[in-house]
Amino acid sequence: MTKSKEQLEAENPIEHYLRMDRIPHIWCSGCGIGVVVTSFADALRKSNIDMDKLAVVSGIGCTGRVAGYVKLDSFHSTHGRAIPFATGLKLANPEMKVVVFSGDGDIFGIGGNHFIHAARRNMDILVICVNNFNYAMTGGQVAATSPIDANLSTAPYGNFEYPFSLPYLADACGATYVARWTVLHLRQVTMSIQEALGKRGFSLIEVIAPCVTLYARRNRLGDGLNLLKYYHDNSEVRHGADTRTLDISYQGKLAVGKFIDREKPTFLECMNNHMIKVLGDKYVPYGVKP
Amino acid sequence: MKKVKADPKGVLTGAHYLDGDFAIAEGALAAGCRFFAGYPITPSTETAERFAERIPYVGGMFIQMEDEIASITALIGAAWGGKKAMTVTSGPGFSLMMENIGLACMMEAPLVIANVQRGGPSTGLPTLVGQGDMMQVRWGSHGDYQIIALSPDSPQECFDLTIQAFNLSEIYRVPVFIMTDECVGHMHEKVVIPPAEKIEIVERKWYEGPKDKYLPYKPDKDLVPFMVKAGDGYRFHTTGLTHDERGYPVINAECQDWNVRHLSDKITHNADKIIKYEEDQTENADVVVVSYGITSRVAYRAVQLARKAGLKIGTLRLVTVWPFPEKRIQELAKKVKAFVVPELNLGQMAKEVERSSAGQAPVLPVTHCGGWVHNPEDIFIAIKEAAK
Repeated sequence: MTKSKEQLEAENPIEHYLRMDRIPHIWCSGCGIGVVVTSFADALRKSNIDMDKLAVVSGIGCTGRVAGYVKLDSFHSTHGRAIPFATGLKLANPEMKVVVFSGDGDIFGIGGNHFIHAARRNMDILVICVNNFNYAMTGGQVAATSPIDANLSTAPYGNFEYPFSLPYLADACGATYVARWTVLHLRQVTMSIQEALGKRGFSLIEVIAPCVTLYARRNRLGDGLNLLKYYHDNSEVRHGADTRTLDISYQGKLAVGKFIDREKPTFLECMNNHMIKVLGDKYVPYGVKP
Repeated sequence: MKKVKADPKGVLTGAHYLDGDFAIAEGALAAGCRFFAGYPITPSTETAERFAERIPYVGGMFIQMEDEIASITALIGAAWGGKKAMTVTSGPGFSLMMENIGLACMMEAPLVIANVQRGGPSTGLPTLVGQGDMMQVRWGSHGDYQIIALSPDSPQECFDLTIQAFNLSEIYRVPVFIMTDECVGHMHEKVVIPPAEKIEIVERKWYEGPKDKYLPYKPDKDLVPFMVKAGDGYRFHTTGLTHDERGYPVINAECQDWNVRHLSDKITHNADKIIKYEEDQTENADVVVVSYGITSRVAYRAVQLARKAGLKIGTLRLVTVWPFPEKRIQELAKKVKAFVVPELNLGQMAKEVERSSAGQAPVLPVTHCGGWVHNPEDIFIAIKEAAK
């Protein structure tokens, strides 16, 4: 017997992970952020993580609103500061898994310094960065990720600044897990999130997402479907690729895949191991279950 | 309010010879602070160094962050993670913290920030004393909010007031500031640390009701909402946006009015319980000298000279600088000829005394841009002028 539309909706398997009392969300139709949230919720559904021990921290911007929609301990902090907020939360409560969910402008523009230092320390947090190539919440300004020649409201004659390659930066700073996908790669994003949630150490998952209202309209790239077609035709899966080769050019090829997956002790492990080595029994281990 | 005795692990009971910066670190450890995030800046760094040295033996977290913005933000995360948390800084670092001090106020996160003041503005006088951040601490972040600020005048008081700062931050779920200065911070004096059982610690106002009924911003009778920590299954939300009792963003004038007035009211309605000051010989005084921090100790010399000259001088030393003891100033203003307010700035708290006295008694500021303390003679001259 087929189920009615109402029954199917009532049984949406990811509802359990969302604050349904806050739906509908604020994102534009055609926006890619909701797709990444769906993948995130799906990854939680498929993982064995205790939801009570999982927190999401966001900064400011369109993706910064994610914290407000997930039914977890969730923190909507200030612009650029999701990573230090998450650092404090994680170190105060080491048994938690802390996910930073925010945008490219937030994490790599205003918050870039925090990203490189959290990666350097191998802070045990997962950063999911939705990269839409612009500051969308404020109306489509140029970002640290905007490709050269892309037109933005504060680069009205086209962008001429070199953009960051996020996986290259993360790799150079010591991240233990680095992947990049587009929102077209729903299952891969879900799998990457599942995989990264199971890892100890600093992880980055970059998800390239359409900003239909601003970036796409200003650059006459069409609607959400056009952008998905672009992702489809131009994405190249290059697992393990040299991260120096992952630059994104305007409407050019998009290298996706898992680039980095390595093991090394986290900040807390380093601290405890070092202090035990130096201080011996006098040291009171921190965040370790007796 | 649940009071407990201090955890002996953090209490270095005994008589010590410490500077103010070290005394702040010891006060924090005695108060149960087990999370410190900071960034080096003169003349406050010694507090961070002391904490970093001591915490491995106590059990807790010290992390040197990449800047002061990260430090204050990490404290807010740590507070929601269930820890008592603090940082220490000075002028430039304090300026960097301002935005997220607003976030701490908005999220009602209990935490403690010590500002060992130096001469400003900008890089100013990194190694020399100032008291120029007294208005910044009150108004430095954007929007309307209230905080609590204390001003110690000795290393002993650095210890004592740091414990009080933690207790107040827990009672009112608000950032509490220790507004000390380079002089007190680097001054070595005897500091007596009592046994742990003699130190009273206020526990966080934990929520204990059903999990699905928790509202992070529903004011209790004392106007302060209950708190939970992340990881305990409440699955709560909190934001720097204007929010309702659930912590959900609500972007309209009505919610803004409720939210902002709440942040203010929980402090102003409890001001009488919060405010502490020391008063001496104000009963029949013609002139009252109002001072705080290091300047109160310099002013004391001037007061001695004035009394020796036969003048009737009272003193009011602010221990709590914010909320300001405006009621007491009002009462005194009816009786005295004038107030004298020396401070190491161009008259910041003097304006507050003037506002509180509301024209009933003139206020003579004794200004000084910092770099050194007043010459007591200058304060004495102002007292003589005020007594005329």
